[in-house]
Amino acid sequence: MRKGHQSWVFASKPAIMATGTVVGPFEGEGPLADDFDIIHGDLMMEQDSWEKAENMLMEEAVSLAIEHAGLTREQIHFMIAGDLMNQITSSSFSARTMQIPFLGVFGACSTSMESLALAACLIEAGAADYTVAATVSHNATAEKQFRYPTEYGSQKPPTAQCTVTGSGAAVVARVDLAMQSKLSDLKLDQPMGRVRITAATIGRVIDMGIKDPFNMGAAMAPAAVDTIEAHLRDLEIEPNHYDLIVTGDLAQLGHAIALDMFKKHNIAIDGELYQDCGMKIYDYQTQQVQSGGSGCGCCAVVTYGHWLRKMLEGTYRRMLVVATGALLSPLSFQQGESIPCIAHAVAFEREEGE
Amino acid sequence: MADQQKKSLSPTQQQYQVLAGNLEPKRPLLKNIVMAFLFGGLICLIGEWVMLMYVEWFDFSEKAAADPTVATMIFLSVVLTGFGVYDKIAQVAGAGTAVPVTGFANSMASAALEYRSEGYVLGVGGNMFKVAGPVIVFGVVAAFLVAIVHTLLRMGGII
Repeated sequence: MRKGHQSWVFASKPAIMATGTVVGPFEGEGPLADDFDIIHGDLMMEQDSWEKAENMLMEEAVSLAIEHAGLTREQIHFMIAGDLMNQITSSSFSARTMQIPFLGVFGACSTSMESLALAACLIEAGAADYTVAATVSHNATAEKQFRYPTEYGSQKPPTAQCTVTGSGAAVVARVDLAMQSKLSDLKLDQPMGRVRITAATIGRVIDMGIKDPFNMGAAMAPAAVDTIEAHLRDLEIEPNHYDLIVTGDLAQLGHAIALDMFKKHNIAIDGELYQDCGMKIYDYQTQQVQSGGSGCGCCAVVTYGHWLRKMLEGTYRRMLVVATGALLSPLSFQQGESIPCIAHAVAFEREEGE
Repeated sequence: MADQQKKSLSPTQQQYQVLAGNLEPKRPLLKNIVMAFLFGGLICLIGEWVMLMYVEWFDFSEKAAADPTVATMIFLSVVLTGFGVYDKIAQVAGAGTAVPVTGFANSMASAALEYRSEGYVLGVGGNMFKVAGPVIVFGVVAAFLVAIVHTLLRMGGII
C-alpha cells in the first residue's frame, strides 16, 4: 500500500459512494450555488449560537451523504471528521448526534483530505466496509476564535481570506459493496462508486517563517508545493497524469506563489492544470472577499460539490486534490510564532466502461 | 522586516519571503487614506449637525450639547453594528470609522453581541472590553505620562 516515502496507493480503489454539501447564505450567492445540496438563508441557521450552527452544518452534511448513498447510519463503520474549533467540538458534537464510531482529526483546513485519505485507508485495509469523512467551518465561529468579533469594523488587507461557511461529507465504500448498490443507475448526480480514490500523500509540516495571520495563502503555498512534489516523486508520475490539480484554500496570492514555485522547481504545472477551491467559491466582482475563500469547509464543499460533479459529467477523469492547512492557534501567533503549514493530497479517478 | 528577525530565518525561508513579498498585493494606501479622511470627516460632520440640533432645538449651550451629541453618535454606531452594517462600512472607511467615538462604540457593541452566547456575566461582561480594553489601558497610561510631563514643566516654571 505504501509507495515511496509518504504516499499510499490504494490497490482496491476505495469507492466514493455519495457526498453531502451544506453551505451558508454568502456561499449561496457565489458562482457554485447550483452545486451545493443545501443553502442556508441565514448564518445563524435558527440556532442559539454560531457554534451550534456550525455543529448543525456537519450533522446535515453527514446525514445527507449517507442518505444519498442509500445507506443508514448504522451501516457506517467509522466517521472521521474535523473542524477549526478549539478541541474540534463541532465534529465531536456532530458525532454525538450521529452515533457513528468516531475518530476526530485536526489538520486545520487540510482536514478535508486528511479525513478522506484516512477513510480510504481504513477501507483499503479491510478495517471498514463504509466510512464517512467530513469537515466543517463557519465564517463567524472562525472570525470569533481567530480574529475579531464578527461585527467589529476592522479593515482587512487584500491578502486576507474569507472563511467559508459550509460542511462537506463523503461516504467511502468497499468497491464490491458500491457495485452492488441498486441505486447507482438512479442517482446520476452522485458518484455511487463511479469515482474512486486511487492514492493519497500525507504532507510534512512546512514553515517558511510567515507570521501574518492575514496572509494564509503565502504561508500555506510551500506546503502544497512540497506535498505535490512528494506525490509525483513517490508515484513516479508526471503532473499531466492528472487532468486537474486543485489546492484547498490558497486563494489568489497562494495560487500565484505556488505557480511561481512550480516554475522554479521545474514541475510542469501551469495555470490551466492547477486551480484552487478558494478562488472558485466566491465571485470576486460582486463579493468582498479579498484574496478568496478559506477554511475546512472550503475544500470540502468545492471538491465534493463542484469538482466531483465535473468528474461525473466527464470534464475530468483524474484529479488530485491538495488540501492545505495553517496549523496556528490564536495563542501561537500572538506569542509571535510563525505559521506552520501542512498539505495532504488525495487522488481521484473516474471509472470508465464498467 | 527587522534584521534580527531575518537572522533567525534560514536562507530558503528568506528567499521564499522575498518571493512571496513580491507577489503580495499591497494595501491600497492612498485610497485608504482618502477614504479614511472622507468617512472620518463625514462622521464628524454628522456629529456637528447633531450638536447644532441640540443647540437650536433644545436650547443647550454649545458646551453642554457635547455630551448628548456623543451619546447620540454612540447610539447610531451601536444600531449600525447591531444591524450588521458597521463592519461593511469599515472595510471601505478603515481608520475613518475606527478613530471617532463611533469606532469605540462599535468595538464594545460587537464584542457584547459576539459573546452573548456565553452568558451575561462571563460572556458579555467578561469580553465586552476585549477589543476596547487596550484603548482604555493605553489611553490612561498615556494620560498619566502627559500629566507627569505637564507637572514637571509647571514646577520648572516653563509653563
